[in-house]
Amino acid sequence: MKLEEATDGSPVSGVSRRDFIKFCSAVAATLGLPGMGDQIAEAVTTQKRPPVLWLSAQECTGCTESLLRTNHPTLDRLILELISLEYHETLLAGSGKQAEDWRQKSMKENQGKYILVVDGSIPVKDNGIYCKIGGKTALALLEEMSTQAAAVIAIGSCASWGGIPSADPNPTGATAVHEIFKSKGIKTPCVNIPGCPPNPYNFLSTVLYFLTFKKLPELDEQARPKFAYGRLIHENCERRPHFDAGRFALQFGDDDHRKGYCLYKLGCKGPETFANCPIQLFNDIGSGAWPVGTGHPCFGCTEKGVGFTKPLHSPASPKYFTPPSILPRVDATRGHGLTIAGVAVAAGIAGAALGAGAVTAKKLGKEDEEQEKSGSREK
Amino acid sequence: MTESKPLGGKIITKPFLVCAFFFAIAAVLLVKRFIYGIGAVSNLSDGYPWGIWIAYDVVTGTAIACGGYSMALLVYIFNKGEYHPLVKPALLASMFGYTLAGFSVMFDIGRYWQAYNLFLPKYFQLNSVMFEVALCVSLYIGVLWMEFSPTLAEWLQAKGLKKTLDRVIFIFIAIGILLPTMHQSSLGSLLLIAGKKVSPLWHTGFLPLLFLISAITMGFAIVIFESIISSVGFKREIETPILSKLAGIIPFLLSIYLVVRFADIIIRGKIGLVFAFDLRAVMFIIENILYIIPAVILFSAENRRKNRQLFIAAGCLLLAGSVYRFNAFLVGFDPGAGWQYFPSFSEIMITLGVISLEIMGYMIFVKKMPVLSGVRQA
Amino acid sequence: MDIKRRNFLKIAAGGGLLLAGGVPAMAREPKQLSPEAVGILYDATACIGCRACQTACKQYNDMPVEHSSPDSVWDDPVDLSSKTLNIIKVYATGSGLNKDTEIDGYSFIKRHCMHCVDPACVSACPVSALKKNAGTGVVSYDKGACIGCRYCQLACPYNIPKFEYDKAFPQIRKCQLCEHRFKDNKFSACCEFCPTGASIFGKVSDLLTEAKKRLTLKPGEYYNYPVAHIKSAQVSYRPVAKYLPRVYGEKEGGGSQVLMLAAIPFEKLGMPALDEQSDAAFSENIQHTVYKGMIGPGVLLAGLLFAAYKNTHKNDE
Repeated sequence: MKLEEATDGSPVSGVSRRDFIKFCSAVAATLGLPGMGDQIAEAVTTQKRPPVLWLSAQECTGCTESLLRTNHPTLDRLILELISLEYHETLLAGSGKQAEDWRQKSMKENQGKYILVVDGSIPVKDNGIYCKIGGKTALALLEEMSTQAAAVIAIGSCASWGGIPSADPNPTGATAVHEIFKSKGIKTPCVNIPGCPPNPYNFLSTVLYFLTFKKLPELDEQARPKFAYGRLIHENCERRPHFDAGRFALQFGDDDHRKGYCLYKLGCKGPETFANCPIQLFNDIGSGAWPVGTGHPCFGCTEKGVGFTKPLHSPASPKYFTPPSILPRVDATRGHGLTIAGVAVAAGIAGAALGAGAVTAKKLGKEDEEQEKSGSREK
Repeated sequence: MTESKPLGGKIITKPFLVCAFFFAIAAVLLVKRFIYGIGAVSNLSDGYPWGIWIAYDVVTGTAIACGGYSMALLVYIFNKGEYHPLVKPALLASMFGYTLAGFSVMFDIGRYWQAYNLFLPKYFQLNSVMFEVALCVSLYIGVLWMEFSPTLAEWLQAKGLKKTLDRVIFIFIAIGILLPTMHQSSLGSLLLIAGKKVSPLWHTGFLPLLFLISAITMGFAIVIFESIISSVGFKREIETPILSKLAGIIPFLLSIYLVVRFADIIIRGKIGLVFAFDLRAVMFIIENILYIIPAVILFSAENRRKNRQLFIAAGCLLLAGSVYRFNAFLVGFDPGAGWQYFPSFSEIMITLGVISLEIMGYMIFVKKMPVLSGVRQA
Repeated sequence: MDIKRRNFLKIAAGGGLLLAGGVPAMAREPKQLSPEAVGILYDATACIGCRACQTACKQYNDMPVEHSSPDSVWDDPVDLSSKTLNIIKVYATGSGLNKDTEIDGYSFIKRHCMHCVDPACVSACPVSALKKNAGTGVVSYDKGACIGCRYCQLACPYNIPKFEYDKAFPQIRKCQLCEHRFKDNKFSACCEFCPTGASIFGKVSDLLTEAKKRLTLKPGEYYNYPVAHIKSAQVSYRPVAKYLPRVYGEKEGGGSQVLMLAAIPFEKLGMPALDEQSDAAFSENIQHTVYKGMIGPGVLLAGLLFAAYKNTHKNDE
């Protein structure tokens, strides 16, 4: 449906043009691309709805559930207007053989063009028997579906780095999607959107970026989009001034906790977790709608090695020493050195003294010579 | 030997006025110091707590004021009576030098109103080198004035007093040799505790010995230097014969000094630092060249008879000792990376004012009191 | 050589021999740690640079805010000073991204008085303004005695005593381990408020044992780090870092009651490389050799009095 068809201002499919443009602008802002709202709107409305297949492995369905809580766009708007969700175990109307047949058909029709979203980790132990769908292991399904996809989005910590199923002792051998790709040599581009669940807008923005620009947004070394995972929680946290001033809550419910002091001592993993929770917040209900904002320390759900690995209330090790850079260096310049006036007067005195000395010496020399000549030197 | 008598003449001369001018500036700056604190008139900092007020006014100033010490040593202990006419002017310079060093301490220390704590037994800290230096120098200032008291008595024409003083003067002379021996070496010992904060080119267990020998040589040098300048300034004949005899002792002392100095550095394995040719190495080289020059010049008897060579050698020796002390206390002082110090304009002007005050005092005393020997006018 | 000089030299030589003979007996013994001595163990690998310790120190010692430049709005001292008794500094190299590593890494360091076992400042002070408590070992300052000569500043190998150069009636300022809180059964504020247990208070003997134990732990294994006080029930459960196998302060400069652990060489963190002999011992050794019991000076004076008398009373002979 083209935008031009709705120029009379009447709502199209229940969404007014103004709302739709607003939504696209919001998405653009999330991506850190202000002013590109129109471009995104164009991309979304002019294409045939792009196909998306969603493979769920060892997941809790939390990632899907979090998508239900979006407003811009709402999930129904997403799957009815923006994308063509070909296959999703939770949302699909059909089941059983019908669902599997549909999957095969869709894959064939959209070969090389569909986006594969994966949530949940992939068990590899004992040939992957710990997760089977339709008689096939998730491992085999992943291989089959990813090799024919245009791009893969691993949504949630489980798919991004292993998540809960991979926690010690990891009995099923739960593995992240990109690690499977590495070991199997699968070259399909893969983006990780970690989080438990991840902020749905991180996922939506990535999808819409791909649709608009036909490529993935800038990624870090863990294939996470930098616009969402480029900074530590610690760097954007509204309680950071309390950390810098040494004001910590010591127990849940104590006075300092009530005052909103830093939760570092309660085990907040903000200093070692990359995510944009303090900025993006959750559920579109305003400030404070994120764990730390409600008074509970961040546990590092996005971060491998932190979430589900480090004890909840053990202190974090900061990943790097972040601003404010007012921490003085060990060899900072101190004291008072040369000044023009000081050097000038010192040089002046030295010069005068040496000059006077030289003149006197010369005078004495002359006198010595005269005395020598007149031979009146006393012995 | 001719008796000493007042030089006479006007007090207010051009040199006197120039000195007065510099002292006036210093006085104003000192008022500022007492109202606003030490930081307002100096570049002293926590990394460099001691600057030129200690390095020059106290440490170098008292070494230059060792004329009285060296002369007393020669005349009263080694019984070289022929140096007698040089004693009183040397004593006068010492008196002023030490008194003004004491004055400098009073404005350098931060809690000056409690300075008397140094003399209260309940506060005595006997392990402190500073304690010994402070008490020794305070006592010595008193002793110097007592050693000078016969001249004062003569000026006041108190004959009875003079006779009494002449009888007991030996006590003050003896103490007046003991005390500088103690504190001139201890001024070097002050740096022992600074350990790694003083460059190995200067930090050694031999600091007290080196400071003592260099102070004695500076004492002889100032006598020669001051005698020549005073003669030239007041247009009198230079006492060359006496000075040249005095100069004969210097090469001997300097040899001991230089041997100890270099043997110590070489044995400690630090001579390599000289070849770094950084600021410290260059200053070390300058310091020792300034010592070698007078040693070489005064080695020859021929040179010792020439006023010019005496003047240059004495001047170099005074500079050498001063540079040695500046190097040990300031140039070689390294509190750690990042710290810097160079005296501020006000700080230098205050020191200049103190020196000017000393010169003014010397001029007044020499003209009014029987200090200089009655040598012929040039 | 006349008789007077010969006599003098005899006496001086005799005095010299006396001194030389007496030297071994007068060598200055190194000072020992008191059994009740208290101190701080600072573990740089546990420090996160939050500066709660710096804030707490200012609060509990009534120290004012210090601005490093006219534009700064909060307390941001560049170094210890008369207004800052405890400071966290950072050492960074390369990209400075990796904590406690030397390559492209960084580390924090906490600086304040080390409360040395054999303090140079105590030895240097002419009026006993700096004194070491015989029991706790805390080095404290008495402004009633101080004359402001700043010899303590010169002597301290760590450059700890700071002076109020900007005041008309200045004092020396330095950390005194929050000695004033001991009577209320409290301890150093910096330790009380440190969230990670990087800075803990306790008896030095206990702290040293703990420090040495940490050096034996395997990097990466989890350990219960005590928080605030060595005997505290509150612990911080986290992985052990790769320590440098050295407890700074165990022997440096004669030992100190503040001990440190780090992953990066201490010299890079600004801690001086000191010999085991304290500066105080070195200085006092020489000073005592010459002056102990005032024997040397006494002998010298006797000789001088004799010679001076003879030379000034020649007419009496």
